[in-house]
Amino acid sequence: MTVARPLPTTTGCRETPVLKQRGQREVFCGLTGIIWLHRKMQDAFFLVIGSRTCAHLLQSAAGVMIFAEPRFGTAILEETDLAGMADAQDELDSVVAKLLSRRPDIKQLFLVGSCPSEVIKLDLARAAERMTQTYAPHVRVLNFSGSGIETTFTQGEDACLASMVPVLPTSTARELMLVGALPDVVEQQAIDLLTQMGIGPIRVLPAPRAADQFGVGENTVFALTQPFLGDTHAALERRGARHIAAPFPFGEEGTTAWLAAIAHEFGVSQEVFDRVTAAPRDRARRAVAQASESLRGKSVFFFPDSQLEIPLARFLTRECGMTAIEVGAPYIHQNIVGPDLDLLVEGPVLSEGQDVDLQLDRCRAARPDLTVCGLGLANPLEAEGMTTKWAIELVFTPVHFYEQAGDLAGLFSRPMRRRDLLKLEAAE
Amino acid sequence: MKLTVWTYEGPPHVGAMRVATAMKGLHYVLHAPQGDTYADLLFTMIERRNHRPPVTYTTFQARDLGSDTAQLFQDACRDAYERFKPEAIIVGASCTAELIQDDPGGMAETMGLPVPIIALELPSYQRKENFGADETFFQIVRHLARPVEKTDRITCNLIGATALGYRHRDDIEELTGLLSDMGIDVNVCAPMGATPADIARLGAAHFNVLMYPETGESACRWMERDLGLPFTKTVPIGVGATRDFIAEVAAITGLAPKVDESRLRLPWYSASVDSTYLTGKRVFVFGDGTHVKAAARIARDEMGFEVVGLGCYNREMARDIRALAKDFGLSALITEDYLEVEAAIEALAPEMILGTQMERHIGKRLGIPCAVISAPVHVQDFPARYSPQMGFEGANVIFDTWVHPLVMGLEEHLLHMFREDFEFHDAAGASHHGGKAVPAPEMEDLPIVAANNDAPTPQSGEVIWLSDAERELKKIPFFVRGKARRNTETFAQQKGLHEISVDTLYEAKAHYAR
Repeated sequence: MTVARPLPTTTGCRETPVLKQRGQREVFCGLTGIIWLHRKMQDAFFLVIGSRTCAHLLQSAAGVMIFAEPRFGTAILEETDLAGMADAQDELDSVVAKLLSRRPDIKQLFLVGSCPSEVIKLDLARAAERMTQTYAPHVRVLNFSGSGIETTFTQGEDACLASMVPVLPTSTARELMLVGALPDVVEQQAIDLLTQMGIGPIRVLPAPRAADQFGVGENTVFALTQPFLGDTHAALERRGARHIAAPFPFGEEGTTAWLAAIAHEFGVSQEVFDRVTAAPRDRARRAVAQASESLRGKSVFFFPDSQLEIPLARFLTRECGMTAIEVGAPYIHQNIVGPDLDLLVEGPVLSEGQDVDLQLDRCRAARPDLTVCGLGLANPLEAEGMTTKWAIELVFTPVHFYEQAGDLAGLFSRPMRRRDLLKLEAAE
Repeated sequence: MKLTVWTYEGPPHVGAMRVATAMKGLHYVLHAPQGDTYADLLFTMIERRNHRPPVTYTTFQARDLGSDTAQLFQDACRDAYERFKPEAIIVGASCTAELIQDDPGGMAETMGLPVPIIALELPSYQRKENFGADETFFQIVRHLARPVEKTDRITCNLIGATALGYRHRDDIEELTGLLSDMGIDVNVCAPMGATPADIARLGAAHFNVLMYPETGESACRWMERDLGLPFTKTVPIGVGATRDFIAEVAAITGLAPKVDESRLRLPWYSASVDSTYLTGKRVFVFGDGTHVKAAARIARDEMGFEVVGLGCYNREMARDIRALAKDFGLSALITEDYLEVEAAIEALAPEMILGTQMERHIGKRLGIPCAVISAPVHVQDFPARYSPQMGFEGANVIFDTWVHPLVMGLEEHLLHMFREDFEFHDAAGASHHGGKAVPAPEMEDLPIVAANNDAPTPQSGEVIWLSDAERELKKIPFFVRGKARRNTETFAQQKGLHEISVDTLYEAKAHYAR
């Protein structure tokens, strides 16, 4: 008997109408993804063609200058580029030539579009094509947009990965592709579990190095490790690959369902599946139970940030005993987070997009026990007496799969425990 | 197009945000795409502000570009007024909105809002953050300040302090106390803490104290011309500068230059014998113009350092800093390119850097201690304790801050004495950091380059270290080794030598002995 795909017991939130509002959005643009993508792809350089604002954002989002000479930079547009006094394409050629001569270790160069480069319609696809011819076979040049007028935060990673799909060679091999940039340790855990079930060969997009090439075709099946990869999903389907829909691998339940969907696709027996997953499942359950003690019976409110909100709300409500009041996401890809929506118990407001002032009004009225929001809102809300969790940490911390399930619950419970620990009120 | 890795300044609209966030009762409507809201977290995280910056972003998207971004702006402007009820609104565009040319200023003025609307023109592709702050504050003052009756008592305005400013919070407190000693009250402190109504009564003061020329000079010049308010030219950072400032204020007001110096400790700390080791330390100074000017003077005149290089990243101060460098017998490094600063530091091999957070990273990599003197700010630049740069307490703080990264005097002697000790060699790390002593690597592994005639002729100007000399150099403690290497090479070049032997090393040492 092969692994059965878990069936949801309710229709969950799949049919819940989505509240869509339009106004100020308190979110990052897609350029931010460069911060983790450049660590993941070790021979890639990300060159943003943009303004001083773009450079300043990357510097601020990186928080501290951890890396002496990072593999990202900004070609700052100047008055001469805008006034047409200099040909922007020529200027870009000379910036890239200088860059590549100084960094011979670079094998992949991403030209990253920004708000200003999109508005002046600087054709980066043409530039990438030209440069690929110039620098092949040593350097591959691709382009994608991380602009704020088109992408929100994690959509930058989606745009980047989607740009890599068309240049993958065609292959007829029956292979599993895991899609999404994860910390190495987490990625390896997933590969180990699947390998123990006899599933393989397993490919990962993005590969750590340009030389680790693999193909894609009609016999490729792929599983997403992140819910924000809508464009990459579409690009892979255009190449004939087939998506294995599943809840996302957060928490014990999510990880089991995600692995089960893949196991089912590869005809793994229930016995093998149970043998491989039993021990880590048990560990995950115990870790979550312990870490979620202070979360049980508490309410949570999500401001939109990374598109991880729906799977995380599913985890917090089903495994940590929380109630969701509002689950806000910058975008909701129904076909990708559908399995998570099925499992999310009816009740919360689902919202897409943002009018931050109206959403703050709702949040203040609801007085949730925990508010998940971006860094721009966290301290102001704390000062109003609300307990908050920085959403960005959920993207920068290893939180996927069994062994991190307890850590994931811990990220949410730490602010609550801290509030209980501090005894700083003045004497009456 | 210019390739940039790290930047010293943000775009000009971030400067405008620093002014808006510092003030009360003012709101900034910024025509900008989503993502530009990242700037909010500079204030809420780095400065730990407990309120969102008073900024409304119009958040236009690609699909709006073909249709009506102007309508979007007007809606955002009206909503912001209804929600926040500010006393005045500043409006402007970020870099992307500048390209779509919607004219936020013109639009806002025609909307008939019942509060003053101040339009900002901040050219994003030419200017930077400090300009943005200076220009924004100038426009606010120009629009709102009116001639008013002077206060009976002698009062001044404190001008230039903004949100995200380097130690602005504490400098305000220190100067307020100092001026109070002289019998001068503060009429208005702006932008920090001021409302639009406060701006209207700037003219009631008898003079302005220009705390930070970077962000307040244009407004001070305008007030001098249009409101008849003289302003101080000395920035009171350091003992000498603070005394000059007091003299300047006394001259403007006719009051006695009398202040309490009993808490000032820098002069005695610097004169006491344990500070002897500071003598002639070679320092490199880099930051914003104002802080560099102050730091260079303190370094030379109050700490007894030797300033071997200086410069600033804000071109607005280039002329001042060039003049200052000339006074020090140096040529100034005026650049916003972090890699250029790094190259300059590497070439000069100073014993200490007085710089920004960027230079702190350069110092870490090159193994050179660094004390931070200027913005761009970092969360560490907002300490919980009182920590001004200005006035006499500021001088005390600076003494401590600059001495802290250095190896202390007695420690230095011990390191010399035990320089080949198994725990004191380079790879052992600093003992007080709890690192375990590891045995020194074998020196004998160095490739032997013996002096012989077959050696390739070095290119002109290039000097080769013979292995004995290289080994001897390694015995010199790490914190003076750079200086020794440099001095020896310079000496060899002057003597026309192509090779450095142990003798050359000690010849050079004797030559440079002081």
